[in-house]
Formats: sequence, structure tokens, C-alpha cells
Amino acid sequence: MDWTDEGIVLSARKHGESAAIVNLLTEGHGRHAGLVRGGAGKRARGIYEPGNRVRAAWKARLEEHLGNYTCELLQASAAEWLDDPMRLAGLSAVCAVAEAALPEREPHPETYVRLSEFIAGLGRDDWLKSYVLWERDLLADMGFGLDLSECAGGGGGTGLAYVSPKSGRAVSRAAGETYKDKLLALPAFLLDDPARGVESENPAGEIADGLTLTGYFLERHAFIHDARGVPPARTRLAARASRQA
Amino acid sequence: MSTNDIDRLIQLLAKLPGLGPRSARRASLHLIKRRDSLMTPLARALEAAAESIVPCGICGNLDTTDPCAVCADPRRDNSVICVVEEVADLWALERTASFKGRYHVLGGVLSPLDGVGPEDLNIDRLVGRAGSEEVKEIILATGATVDGQTTAHYVTDRLADCGVSISALAHGIPVGGELDYLDDGTLSAALKARRQV
Repeated sequence: MDWTDEGIVLSARKHGESAAIVNLLTEGHGRHAGLVRGGAGKRARGIYEPGNRVRAAWKARLEEHLGNYTCELLQASAAEWLDDPMRLAGLSAVCAVAEAALPEREPHPETYVRLSEFIAGLGRDDWLKSYVLWERDLLADMGFGLDLSECAGGGGGTGLAYVSPKSGRAVSRAAGETYKDKLLALPAFLLDDPARGVESENPAGEIADGLTLTGYFLERHAFIHDARGVPPARTRLAARASRQA
Repeated sequence: MSTNDIDRLIQLLAKLPGLGPRSARRASLHLIKRRDSLMTPLARALEAAAESIVPCGICGNLDTTDPCAVCADPRRDNSVICVVEEVADLWALERTASFKGRYHVLGGVLSPLDGVGPEDLNIDRLVGRAGSEEVKEIILATGATVDGQTTAHYVTDRLADCGVSISALAHGIPVGGELDYLDDGTLSAALKARRQV
């Protein structure tokens, strides 16, 4: 069994003295692990930093084996953001969430493309919004998408301000006013048409609200069976974002 | 020496970094052949080291005394603390003989994959040391990896209220390095950290 594909490094764990078990998110083969001989050694270690884009060749005798990777570095994204605490936290979080949430060896080409676009756009000013949107789309790709088309309480498709933590459906400000303490805030940028939302009283807090919203549903659907819970890298990003707000 | 003793020696040597079962067998035979000149002194040295080496209560370095020789040296500059991941990094910096301040060994880096969180690292003691009036600068000498730099940013946040200057090691072209042979990441880091000449 063998294949070649492009992938993004999600994690690399040292195995033995100089080998590493590398987890990649590939376009055609989904999240796929493999052993890299010498991957934890001095020369190759830099290739397997989270966020780096590689061309990977995977080979194994049987398909169910872990197999061996041989990778060529295409883009060293991690090195670009080592000095930027916020963006480095974003890069670590996106890789950790993808690793923890996505099932192994199940192709998710759209998630791969969106992850590539997110990493490529890390230099933009609105990268944090892109991060929240990436998590929203990840939930949808895994079958746990939020229904933000109209108000679950019959309030129509405009003035959407909350999301019900039970159903994952949007709720308008008018319909949700009584229960607002039990609802999750819905930042307008998460809607396909932000005009259907409500202008935030605290624009700086929109990102933190978005992270709380997607974090809640990721924890409930994607990380519920993982004893480690929400990846610490994601928790650190959310903490940094709330401090900024 | 019974066969069991030899097997046990080989098994233990094979656990050392850089040694597998084959090289452990070679090392065992080498030791057995030089019993008086090498094996016995090595056994005594190992026993003595196991009994006397302790982690320094101040910086986390390993030494036979607590505080360690670096912390106890009155000629060193108390106003600068260099923060490193492991004792091996401290030794590497000491080999350069270019740093005359104090050290602080974190004991690793934040690594969610290995289950290492802030509470597993020697950070609280660093914050305590940085709060002392003598300390003016903290140099973060963690690795140029995502985990190393994430740890450095976390430590920076924790030291924010200590009123000390915080700096970090430069990333870029190594001495003797040729651009053609450098990886893309190192080159882009070097470009970002370019300086006026």
C-alpha cells in the first residue's frame, strides 16, 4: 500500500530515539498518522512543526498498519509566527482541534482546504474571525452544524442574536430576551449574511463570544469521548482572545 | 559473573540513549574486558553520582550541592536570569562561556501531546525569583519550536507583572551557515529578525 498526497502537520510525537509519529491532515486521506524515521532528529525536526505544509509519501505492507511517511517540506508556516504569541496560539489551536476532532483516515477535503486557507491567511488582521468561522465549518463538516438560517422561536430570519445550547439553532433577540442568560451569544460575522444578525454592543468581544459558541459545541460533540477534553492549545487561545476583548 | 548478570548489564545499557541491544552487548564486553580499569571505577562513579546529585532548589540545575555551583557563585550577575528548557541547554550555554548571569531550568516545555501543562513546569519558582528586586532582565532561551515558543509566550505573560525586562534569543542563520543549505523556516525567521548594519 502506498500513496502520495499533500498534508498539513498536526502533531509530531517522538517515538524511540530519533523517530516520530507524525499526524497529518491530508486532502485525499484525511487525518492520517505515520512513522517518520529520523523525524525527531536534529535535521528533520523542523519539518514536523504543527502547521507546516508537506508533500508526504506513505507506505505500509497492509492498509491497517501505521506505515512510514517520507515528507518533503513545502511551506514552513510555523516558523513565520514563532514571535507572534497570538498567531502562534491560533496556529497551535487550529492544529490541535483538527487532530482531536477529526476521525482518522476519513477524507475531509473541504476541511483540509479551509485549514490551508486559514494558515495562509494568518497574516491578515481578521484572522481570529477566520478561526471562529473555521471551527463553525468544522462542526458542519462533522455533521454537527449550527442551524443559523432562522429563529428557532419563530422570530424569522433577521435580528438573530443567540444560539440555543440545546438545539444549536439561532434565536432572535426578541424571542430570546427572556432566556438570554441561558443562550449563547451569536456574533453577526458567523452568519452568511451579517445583516441578519444584531450589531454587537461590544465589537471587541465578538471574537470571544464566537470562540465560546463554537467551543461549547465542539466540546459537546467532538471532544465528549476524549478524556483530555478540549485541547489545552485551544483553551489558551480562547483565554488570550478574552484578554484582548 | 553469571550469564544472568551479563544479560542484566546488557539490558540496562541498552536503555541508554544511543545504545541498542547490539551496541549494549559490545559495551558490556568492553567493560568486562577492562574490569579494573573501567568497569569498577564506572560502577563506583555511578553509585556516587546516584547518591550525591540533587536538583538545585533555586534554579533546577543538577549538581552535587544545593544550591548548585552556578547559583552559589558570587561572581555571577544576579540581575539577569536565563530561562532554559532542560539542564542540557544550561550546559550548552555554559560551554559558550559568554553568559555570566544566573539560570532557571523549566524542566520541559508545554506539550499537550505529552500531557505537560504549566503546573508541570518550574514556572512558579521563576515568577518568585523574577519578583526579587535584584533581577532586572529575564532571557528566554527556549527552543525555536512551536512548543518552545508557546512556552516562552506563556512565561512572558506570567512575568508581565514582575516589572522585569524580558528578552529572547535570536532565531536565524547559524555561524558558518550558507543560505543555499538553510531550510525555509530558518531563512524566513532570519529575514524577519534582520538588523541594521
